[in-house]
Amino acid sequence: MTTAPDGERGTTAAAPMSQPGPAMAVPPPRQRRSRRLLKRFFRRRLSVFGLVVLLLILSLAVFAPLFGSPSRNDFGAVLLGPSAAHPLGTDDLGRDTLARIAYGARVSMQAGVMATLLAMAVGVPLGLIAGYYRGWADLVISRFTDLLLAFPFLILAVGLAAILGPSLRNVVIALGISALPSFIRVTRGEVLGLREQDYVAGAVADGAGDGRILSRYVLPNAISPLLVQATVTVPEAIIGESVLSFLGLGVQPPTPSWGTMLSAAQTFLTQAPLLAVWPGVAIALAALSFNLVGDGLRDTLDPKATS
Amino acid sequence: MASYLLRRVGTSALVLLLASIVVFVGVRALPGDAAVALAGEESDPVAIEQIREKYGLNDPVPVQYFRYLGNSLQGDLGFSTRTGLDVSEIILDRLPVTLELALLSLLVGLLIGIPAGILAALRRGTWIDNTSNAFGLLGLSIPNFWLGLVLILVVSVQAGLLPASGYVPFFESPVANLERMLLPAIVLGTGLSAVLMRQMRSAMLETMSADYVRTARSKGLSERQVVLVHALRNSLVTVVTVLGLQLGALISGAVITEQIFVIPGFGKLIVDGVFTRDYPVIQGVALVTVCGYVLVNLLVDLTYSFLNPRIRVSGGAS
Amino acid sequence: MTTPVTVRAPQPSGDYPLLSVQDLRVRFATEDGPVFAVNGVSFDLRAGEIIALVGESGCGKSVTAMAVPGLLAPTATVTGRVLLAGRDLLELTPKELRAVRGKEISFVFQEPMTSLNPAFTVGKQIREVLQRHEGLSKKAAQARAVELLQLVRIPAPERRVDEYPHQLSGGMRQRVMIAIAVACGPKVLVADEPTTALDVTIQAGVLDILRDLRDELGTAIVLITHDLGVVADLADRVVVMYAGRPVEQAEVHELFAHPQHPYTNGLLGAVPHREQGVELVAGRRLAEIPGLVPALRSDPDECVFAPRCSRRTDVCTSRRPPLEPVRPGHPAACFHPGEAS
Ligand SMILES: Nc1ncnc2c1ncn2[C@@H]1O[C@H](COP(=O)(O)OP(=O)(O)O)[C@@H](O)[C@H]1O
Ligand SMILES: [Mg+2]
Repeated sequence: MTTAPDGERGTTAAAPMSQPGPAMAVPPPRQRRSRRLLKRFFRRRLSVFGLVVLLLILSLAVFAPLFGSPSRNDFGAVLLGPSAAHPLGTDDLGRDTLARIAYGARVSMQAGVMATLLAMAVGVPLGLIAGYYRGWADLVISRFTDLLLAFPFLILAVGLAAILGPSLRNVVIALGISALPSFIRVTRGEVLGLREQDYVAGAVADGAGDGRILSRYVLPNAISPLLVQATVTVPEAIIGESVLSFLGLGVQPPTPSWGTMLSAAQTFLTQAPLLAVWPGVAIALAALSFNLVGDGLRDTLDPKATS
Repeated sequence: MASYLLRRVGTSALVLLLASIVVFVGVRALPGDAAVALAGEESDPVAIEQIREKYGLNDPVPVQYFRYLGNSLQGDLGFSTRTGLDVSEIILDRLPVTLELALLSLLVGLLIGIPAGILAALRRGTWIDNTSNAFGLLGLSIPNFWLGLVLILVVSVQAGLLPASGYVPFFESPVANLERMLLPAIVLGTGLSAVLMRQMRSAMLETMSADYVRTARSKGLSERQVVLVHALRNSLVTVVTVLGLQLGALISGAVITEQIFVIPGFGKLIVDGVFTRDYPVIQGVALVTVCGYVLVNLLVDLTYSFLNPRIRVSGGAS
Repeated sequence: MTTPVTVRAPQPSGDYPLLSVQDLRVRFATEDGPVFAVNGVSFDLRAGEIIALVGESGCGKSVTAMAVPGLLAPTATVTGRVLLAGRDLLELTPKELRAVRGKEISFVFQEPMTSLNPAFTVGKQIREVLQRHEGLSKKAAQARAVELLQLVRIPAPERRVDEYPHQLSGGMRQRVMIAIAVACGPKVLVADEPTTALDVTIQAGVLDILRDLRDELGTAIVLITHDLGVVADLADRVVVMYAGRPVEQAEVHELFAHPQHPYTNGLLGAVPHREQGVELVAGRRLAEIPGLVPALRSDPDECVFAPRCSRRTDVCTSRRPPLEPVRPGHPAACFHPGEAS
């Protein structure tokens, strides 16, 4: 290490700093942040497990055709237990349970992800407007949120199913509407907090346009909590879809869905109990994997939050 | 405090009014003609027109809405198109069943969730914490209707310990009633306890690291006093606020739990109503549910403001 | 690691220190490895004396102070000795320690806005400590609480005692904290930046209360501050800390007149002020020194100030500068001590 120029303290503020001594922990440069976060995430073994399960379920959904047809009947082979030909057995119509679980994963993942995307697509802009402009816009949006919250999820879903008819699309709409308030509230809260930040206030003072401020300064900082909210919403929506399909208000047979499979299995609870086990395990694993990843993300992105 | 109360009550009233409009419009949007439904599918056009006149279905929509609002406020929710029974009476008949289920589930949820959350936070990182966390994650991830099926399979079908379905009014036979309510209450309470446990744990961890807890320690207070007096009080305040929102999940859960255990409650009423296209029933149940939900949340908020001196005792620094 | 020399101010024989902190070290276990927050701090405090800990933020002042009554998080490992009237606090059982806290040694925290429990009245929070240590009845404790509020000069104490923290201003809350701290007549009061969070206009009032406590009750005070005016005004002796290490220690007049360590010189800023000796205006903050306090990821055998130091030579990074007297009763940990020219 060289001797620093003396006498210039105060004017060459950063000069001695640029040669980090052994004791100096250099503040982590920006590009290392993502790597540090990844490292922190992967240190949590349970979250990694969740991620692996999630990837497995996703591949199950993507490669569902490899597991055979979900609708080929074989009346000579109904309500069979697990065997080489049918690893998870067959149902009351002799259809292969594994194939149906795989196709059910498609429905589940679609419902979970699309409902969440729908809620984000509507909720985030509303939250941005409410938090950024405040005033009457905030008032209207907040009352709208209260109104949505006044309808418990199943009441809303049952009503929508009655109006629109049962289908995957309508399930997604019902789930999306139920998840809307959370996204509005999270976004609004973030924006309200960020508005007070110096750099945002500075940008406002510099006369930057609203769109620019929202997209350049506010939205990027709201990403973390929104991501965490999304990982909470997806498993809720996955379970919600199975509930609606179970009740007969969602995906209609013969389309395989974990909920309709459980509903059918109810009749054969004594003869073929395993039939009621597999779809339930599938739903639980799918929801669990998202919840584990969500917990991991929350801890990683916001180590202060304790959960 | 008074102004806060007024504002909060006003908001709830507004939300209820808006919700009644949504329910009204929603029911009008249901497929099929209400008059045809009332008169019966095979009625001739003249009879249907008479029904229209009789029920004011030819009036302008706002007029219909205010008549509906007025009737509802007087407790007149119309008649079931399927059974012809007074919807208010059906609801009054079914409500206690669902209320009992909800209260028992709330009890299960609180009794498991709150202590588990506190213990997990205090014993952070130990097996108690890990077990509670695992329970919390599983409780969040396992759909309650599946848990119900599994319990019926194991407890009722295989072990033959408890009846799998049905309902006996409490005052007819408390034992038979509880025998039949136990499994549904566990099913519905487990999910709630998982949520409460997670919330209690994180609230407790947060308050335990608060500055005022450090102050309490610096006074030489015992750990029991620090936890039970200083930390718990503030954590509970946080958890009370989310309890109201959990009620929505409880109502949704009741709908499906009643379906599985064949309990003649509120939830079963609305689902059956959808399948039989019994619109007055759907409308009535939706309206009553939403009112109850909004009112309970109002109550929770008022409790919260009472627990929180910042709202109860207003007045700035001088 | 070399053990730093413990240097005590000259003492009359038989007058042993009330509080003696010896080679105090604190290490935190964190997710990203250990943090060496305090590395070998030693000082003595006699009855009625005020010692100031100064240094930039992040230098380990608060951690040092909180280690004394054992208030650090469980992730902290504390070594060394903290002798209070001859008894080592680090050796006490949790139960024994609780009997000492709030009774013999008490603490005023930096954050008046969050250090009081929002759910309870001021009176209850004062009563608690009286009932705990003095065994007072609720009624007696309440009466005493009003007296204590009077002592810390809160107007209308009979009314204030039943109010909640959110109804009080920051300055009043800090006075309430002081009332709680002195309720049981402690021998030692640790005040961690008691005025930093307050408006300049009300800082003086809070400091006056501390001075009176010392003068009238003989309470010894460990005062942590950023404010050199406060140091000049109140302190008898000063410990200057940098990156978890004590770098200089002296009587207050001696330190202001003849600062030896380049860090202290930096803190005191330009020469003209120093020549005025202790006539510093209250409210004057530490001067800005270029660079940052390092994150305390290690405790290396070299001068930790070297990267920011204008006097740095090769020797500075070859070994740890010992804390040795460079003037009588005035140790400094520097290979090139002396007043700035
Ligand atoms: N609980 C903790 N865990 C890890 N590091 C800590 C903890 N508390 C304090 N530190 C670290 O110790 C160092 C000294 O902090 P502190 O004593 O608060 O400084 P100050 O001189 O400003 O009071 C800082 O680098 C801080 O990050
Ligand atoms: Mg500090």
